[in-house]
Amino acid sequence: MAKPAKMLLNVPAIKADFPILQRKVRDRRLVYLDSAATSQKPKQVIDATTDFYSRYNANVHRAIYELGEEATREYEGAREKVAAFIGAKSPNEIVFTKSTTESLNLVAYGYGLKGKLQKGDEILGTVMEHHSNHVPWHFVKDHKGAVLKYVDVNDDGTLKMEQYDELLTKRTKIVTVALCSNVLGTINPVKEIAKRAHEVGAVCVVDAAQAAPHMPIDVQDLDADFLAFSGHKMLGPTGIGILHGKPEALEATEPLLGGGEMIREVHLGRASWNDVPYRFEGGTPNIAGAIGLGAAVDYLTNLGMESVRAHEMEITQYALDKIGRINGVTTYGPKDVKKKAGVLAFTIDNAHPHDVASILDVEGICIRSGHHCAQPLMERYDLPATARASFYVYNDLEDVDVLAAGIKKVQEVFA
Amino acid sequence: MPAASDLYQEQILDHYKHPKNKGPLPGATFSARDTNPLCGDEVAFHLKVDRSQRVSDVRFEGRGCAISQASASMLTTMLKGLPLSEAEALGDDALVKKLGISLSAVRLNCALLPLHVMRLAVREKKAAST
Repeated sequence: MAKPAKMLLNVPAIKADFPILQRKVRDRRLVYLDSAATSQKPKQVIDATTDFYSRYNANVHRAIYELGEEATREYEGAREKVAAFIGAKSPNEIVFTKSTTESLNLVAYGYGLKGKLQKGDEILGTVMEHHSNHVPWHFVKDHKGAVLKYVDVNDDGTLKMEQYDELLTKRTKIVTVALCSNVLGTINPVKEIAKRAHEVGAVCVVDAAQAAPHMPIDVQDLDADFLAFSGHKMLGPTGIGILHGKPEALEATEPLLGGGEMIREVHLGRASWNDVPYRFEGGTPNIAGAIGLGAAVDYLTNLGMESVRAHEMEITQYALDKIGRINGVTTYGPKDVKKKAGVLAFTIDNAHPHDVASILDVEGICIRSGHHCAQPLMERYDLPATARASFYVYNDLEDVDVLAAGIKKVQEVFA
Repeated sequence: MPAASDLYQEQILDHYKHPKNKGPLPGATFSARDTNPLCGDEVAFHLKVDRSQRVSDVRFEGRGCAISQASASMLTTMLKGLPLSEAEALGDDALVKKLGISLSAVRLNCALLPLHVMRLAVREKKAAST
């Protein structure tokens, strides 16, 4: 198969920005195909966090001295960058958490468990959710008596939208769905899902952990009530997550963490709360993480999210063609790259995914194997595990070629 | 430079592709099943003990990676005929030595799952009968 002459992104220049991609693993070039688990970090992000610690480390918000003001300016500047990145109307719609998991737990706890939900109210999820968008809702079921329902997937990895319509009723108060599946790569029609949820008076909660790093997101257009994602999957540091909420949705949410920063006044035995979003940021936040995230947003914005998405579509198409057509290899999820992000789950006949990952590791290739924190989805497809390769801005078609050659080696071992 | 063949040596692949003592064991004295939640490897172990407290028969069932399944198969060959007390006392090192490969921490969990399940089978039964 002839390769296109030039990719949409300047991948050699991008690769040069990532110090880790310069190292060798087991004497080979590092081929990192596990960005759906966590992305690598460009020097711009690493420098931004180092710069904070080495030049203006101070706690944010109440310091009266110059260092503290600089730290606060950069921390709040990161909030503004994130707001602009997803088209939020105001930085006040952006809550910093430690992860997508914490963001989703905050909604499940603060809006579901402690909020307006009543016993018997229904929460409608899907079978393709990551565990972090399953388990928090289990808590709401167990402690509030909410009823959980799930939309199934078709064999091609798309959601059964006609079943969604059947399950969505006046009893549904929360609809929760991944914008993009971390296993199948399916891009779900969240705009339509949110619209129909609103028609029955439900709010829509979106897990965008696998989407925000890889495609343009406009929260005005999607019109979901809550949207959660993570810094570390989008070139930023670990330990910084984001929850976007519409103002009225955040106002209806109780805080998860009590402590400093989140209060207005504290007396013995009682307290009143600070404004949104600070209400949800009890304790000293991950200042370096937020600043690093801001640098990551700058980096992605510079590339252009439309270009990032187009680049990944090109690689995914190439991978579907190249890997998907190897005899004895099965791929999962949509085959149409317009409906699929750069996530390719696959299995190889007679080889367990763990053995696949071990053999590829010897070749310097990092992929993931296992259930990908999506056991209900694995059960749906009756799979104990799969291998998964995922692509990002620093990958190119040659990485796919190396993977394909590695798969051939696996097949030789388990022939 | 390590090669795939370092981990997937002939005897590992042979036990994986042609496992010894695989299947159910009716009338087993001890049985247990467990999974490795990280990777979903699954192993069940069945032991039959005769009057002299020796392991007279042993079988395993399971699905998972080559390391966990080959390890289970090899463990059955180590246990047959052993006094129960020695089977119980069998250490991790003995099984790892038998496997004859160097394993990373994550893959070590795969390799040791069968031993864990075998011990679990004996312990659960003893706990139930006291």
